Amino acid sequence: MRWAALAALGVLIALPAVVGSYTLTVLIFVFFYAYLGQAWNIVGGYAGQLSVGHAAFVGIGAYTAAMLSLGAGLTPWLGMFVGGALSAALGAVIGYLGFRFGLRGFYFVLLTVAFAEICRIVALNTEAIGGAQGLYITFTGNPRQFQFPDNRAYYYIALGLMLAATAVVWTIERKRFGIYLTAIREDEDACQALGVDTFKYKMLAMVVSSFLTGVGGTFYAFYLFSLQPNTVFGIPLSVEIVIRPIVGGAGTLGGPILGSFILSPLAELSRFYFARGGWSGAHLIVYGGLLILVVLFLPQGAYPYLRRLLARRA
Amino acid sequence: MARPVLEVRGLSKHFGGLEAVKDLSFDVDEGQIVGLIGPNGAGKTTVFAMLSGFLRPDAGEVGFRGCAITGLPPHRVNALGLARTFQIVRPFLHLSVLRNVTVGALGRQPRPREAERQATAILEEVGLATKREQPAGSLTLAERKRLELARALATQPVLLLLDEVMAGLGAAETERIVELVRRINRRGIAILLIEHVMRAVMSLSERLVVLNYGERIAEGRPEAVAGDPRVIEAYLGEGDAGAAPA
Repeated sequence: MRWAALAALGVLIALPAVVGSYTLTVLIFVFFYAYLGQAWNIVGGYAGQLSVGHAAFVGIGAYTAAMLSLGAGLTPWLGMFVGGALSAALGAVIGYLGFRFGLRGFYFVLLTVAFAEICRIVALNTEAIGGAQGLYITFTGNPRQFQFPDNRAYYYIALGLMLAATAVVWTIERKRFGIYLTAIREDEDACQALGVDTFKYKMLAMVVSSFLTGVGGTFYAFYLFSLQPNTVFGIPLSVEIVIRPIVGGAGTLGGPILGSFILSPLAELSRFYFARGGWSGAHLIVYGGLLILVVLFLPQGAYPYLRRLLARRA
Repeated sequence: MARPVLEVRGLSKHFGGLEAVKDLSFDVDEGQIVGLIGPNGAGKTTVFAMLSGFLRPDAGEVGFRGCAITGLPPHRVNALGLARTFQIVRPFLHLSVLRNVTVGALGRQPRPREAERQATAILEEVGLATKREQPAGSLTLAERKRLELARALATQPVLLLLDEVMAGLGAAETERIVELVRRINRRGIAILLIEHVMRAVMSLSERLVVLNYGERIAEGRPEAVAGDPRVIEAYLGEGDAGAAPA
């Protein structure tokens, strides 16, 4: 497994030398969504607190970095951490409300969706940040402003983000924190009876997850150069974030990555072909179908299945 | 004179119109085994929920090792050294047996490797060592009961509340748990147990507290309590006092 992962990493590092720009773009989205999925994985996968509002953190991170860059000239390399911190603050508020008042399961889902929607509506109606028009970042190609003329730079940054988030999750998995999170997912009351301060650890998971997601917002803003409230805060983005780890295996280290390698190219291809045929939005049907298949046949996701398969071979 | 490790004073809880526990007082001394018995619905599990912080009492005080723990959240109560098991066992089904016990050990030993070592030793003790890598969901009921016990034990309690750890087990398994409880107690851990298996509770307990409709109707040595007419009546109903609950 370790050698396979290292070999795959070697291939990914070498790839920009041989593939074309379109493939590169697809892979950038693969990495970026794997990054977001990995960030979500901490609270949604390991701790089992199903947030379907993570777009809120992407949006806050993206708007923060963009506004700081446009308005104050602050480099997004620092702005990304400000965006992360603001997202973490919102994550703490959502977590506090959800966990202090014992909102579990669907109620927590609704709470997170509600907050993301509030963010979207506030952004739509705040002229200072562009309102419904959104924000447009003028391309300068200045690396200090997180802008690169060469697509390969974005490729390596996205790859780095994915690896960094995976390293964070790898570390968490091996610590008391991670062990507690998986136990919380299984049975909170039993955890409390065993001395686990479940509120504290769920809060911590939410804060780390929302911080990382917020940092990702900067990449979103400075890769796409435009921010619209409906896309960056919208429910569809939240679903995109959630679906990859679930298909790949929520609460597993490789789940978000595998899920993104399955779904992101699929989304890209089907979006391209369906849209050309005048069927835009039809890629969601593909998502739905795939999700049903996963729930039916691989309820723990593709990654645990793949691991078992590889273990049997070895 | 042994000092009380647990002091319950005037504990009361009602759910709507139902008075589940009424003005209950009793002690558990250091290193003692006390049985909490009574017919179904007498309020025993409600008492456990209040002692362990899962339920806030309407009135009364719980003292543990000299501190007032009334109203503390469950994880704080556990950290002070009072552990409980659940009547309906609640293993972390998808985690390994070892992981289940490790979660308990991590409270006092934050380093996972060391906590795992402690958990392994406890699994040896309860006879689940060979199943350590299996998911807890694959265990039989008898094994799950022992896992529940092992997990609570891993938190290194001073007082252990056992809620029907023998219910639903066969004779051999029951005997095994009785032995286990005795061994745990010999290490100096006080035990308060709810149990319907009378033979077990009679042989284990130094003292019994009998509840009926939320009230303490008797307390004392097992033999004395078993002969108490109020206890017999509670179990068998009025006018049918032919046999003791033993």
